Amino acid sequence: MAVLALAEHRRGTLRDPSFEVLTPARELADALDTDLHVVVAGGPVETFAEELNREGVDVIHTVDHGEEFNQDVAVQAVEALAADRAYEHVLVPNSVNGLGTAPAIAERLDRPLATDAVAVAADDGLVVTREFYGGKTAGEVAISGPESVVTVRPGEWPAASGTGEAEVVEADVEIDESRVKATVTGFQEVGAGDVDITEAEVLVSVGRGIEEEENLVLVEALADALGATVSASRPIVDNEWLPKDRQVGQSGKVVTPDVYLAIGISGAVQHVAGMKGSDTIVAINTDPSAPIYDIADYGVEGDLFEVVPALIEEFGGEVPDV
Amino acid sequence: MKVLVTVSEVASVDDEFEIDGLGVDERYLTYDLNEWDDYAVEEAVQLREAADDDVEVVTVTIGPERSEETIRQALAKGADRAVRVWDDALETASVLDPVTKARVLAAVVADEEPDLVLTGVQTGDDSFGATGVALASAVDFGWGAVVNHLDYAVGDEVATVHRELEGGVEELAAVDLPAVLTIQTGINEPRYASLRGIRQAQSKPLDARGLVDLGLSTESLPLGLELTGLHVPEVESDVELFDGDPEAAAGQLADLLREKGVEA
Repeated sequence: MAVLALAEHRRGTLRDPSFEVLTPARELADALDTDLHVVVAGGPVETFAEELNREGVDVIHTVDHGEEFNQDVAVQAVEALAADRAYEHVLVPNSVNGLGTAPAIAERLDRPLATDAVAVAADDGLVVTREFYGGKTAGEVAISGPESVVTVRPGEWPAASGTGEAEVVEADVEIDESRVKATVTGFQEVGAGDVDITEAEVLVSVGRGIEEEENLVLVEALADALGATVSASRPIVDNEWLPKDRQVGQSGKVVTPDVYLAIGISGAVQHVAGMKGSDTIVAINTDPSAPIYDIADYGVEGDLFEVVPALIEEFGGEVPDV
Repeated sequence: MKVLVTVSEVASVDDEFEIDGLGVDERYLTYDLNEWDDYAVEEAVQLREAADDDVEVVTVTIGPERSEETIRQALAKGADRAVRVWDDALETASVLDPVTKARVLAAVVADEEPDLVLTGVQTGDDSFGATGVALASAVDFGWGAVVNHLDYAVGDEVATVHRELEGGVEELAAVDLPAVLTIQTGINEPRYASLRGIRQAQSKPLDARGLVDLGLSTESLPLGLELTGLHVPEVESDVELFDGDPEAAAGQLADLLREKGVEA
């Protein structure tokens, strides 16, 4: 019996969620009075093992195979470890790599999978709290049986700290190359344009609420009047109304301006991950239940097509016709 | 070549809503084609349009009869035919876990023998973001998750994909076929259904199947999750709202912005 956490990495560096996942994993191990094991596959595993040796980690299994995090290798590593020892729960970061791995682990091991947990409780069985309907509701999900795979939301738990006394073990895992069906061939930074939104002191950020591409002139006029830079949430970039280097969020840029003005942005968790470090957050949104108001310091619950023109006029700008 | 696209009908919740038991009160729900699946359907249809050989695009849905209207949307956009799987056992589950959905879809894959399966990265309601990868494992296919660019010509044995990672970085990966790719929004520009397409969709085959038809039984499915509570998340919001008509609110907001040193 033990809890197993999977660490993930990219280009020679362990990613933050790999240290965060150790925290709920240790809590769970405490609740079950058992050990916490960590597995890391690929990359400089010896260095990784040293870094993962945080307080509360009992054993670190290393699988020296390839340079990058490979989903098929990670799945095989966990599968082999689980065959050797009864890991009741496997915890994985709910990152892109985590979501590319955990579902296959659950399927291979034939256990229930709950993703994107924001709370994990071990009571009469494992109960995971997760959001539904884009964060408008949260539900408790009970996992049947004694075993599970759970992915945990990045940024929800603090990274494990301190130095542990973990035993580092080279895992006795034979990777079956015939079952490695995807390989990482490279990486690419997206959208190196002429504007760097991470440098801006004031961002006027626009979301789905703007409705039509033609209406973007409104936020551009506001940005002009405020001496601000225009950024956007995902749907605007998906529609190619603005280039990718303007996207704020988990898959875009992380910004920390003095003032972040969110216009017609609902505030999905992926977006918030990219702007929560802003000094002052202002939201203009008609929906009072929009999650953006959970993080905003100031807000106007109104129609952006009325509020934005009024604000442009306040700053002596020209209001375009939309 | 055959491309199978998983298509879900999802519910979105109105701005104001009430919770009724373990769900959102039906009155506040609007059903539509899952946004991510719209991109997956488009990607499949574009593959067919670019190919010299015949490519059949088949959609598969786990959902009740109500979802047929949504499935017809995908047919109107160019899919050739549809399979819909539903069963009392699925109806009564409080939440369908990704492994259960993967096992059901795996039975359809075994039937249809596609070369490529496209799924949305996630659904807009449950947002597990896991069914595609679990399906790949269940049918022993290769997979690529969160794909926002696909280089594939019909007949190739390997698909070259870009996977959208965090922080404005994409991973380039080579995925052996047969494969499951989970498709991210923004990969293409989903078309609107033409009137002709909508008319044609009415006569395209839509095959409804139960678990038994697929050689499955309730007992064979894990159904490993149970929803035991649903609530509106408690927020620690300390937002200060500016009231009044738009001009008044904008005036107060302008004062605040000036105080913060904002000026052109």
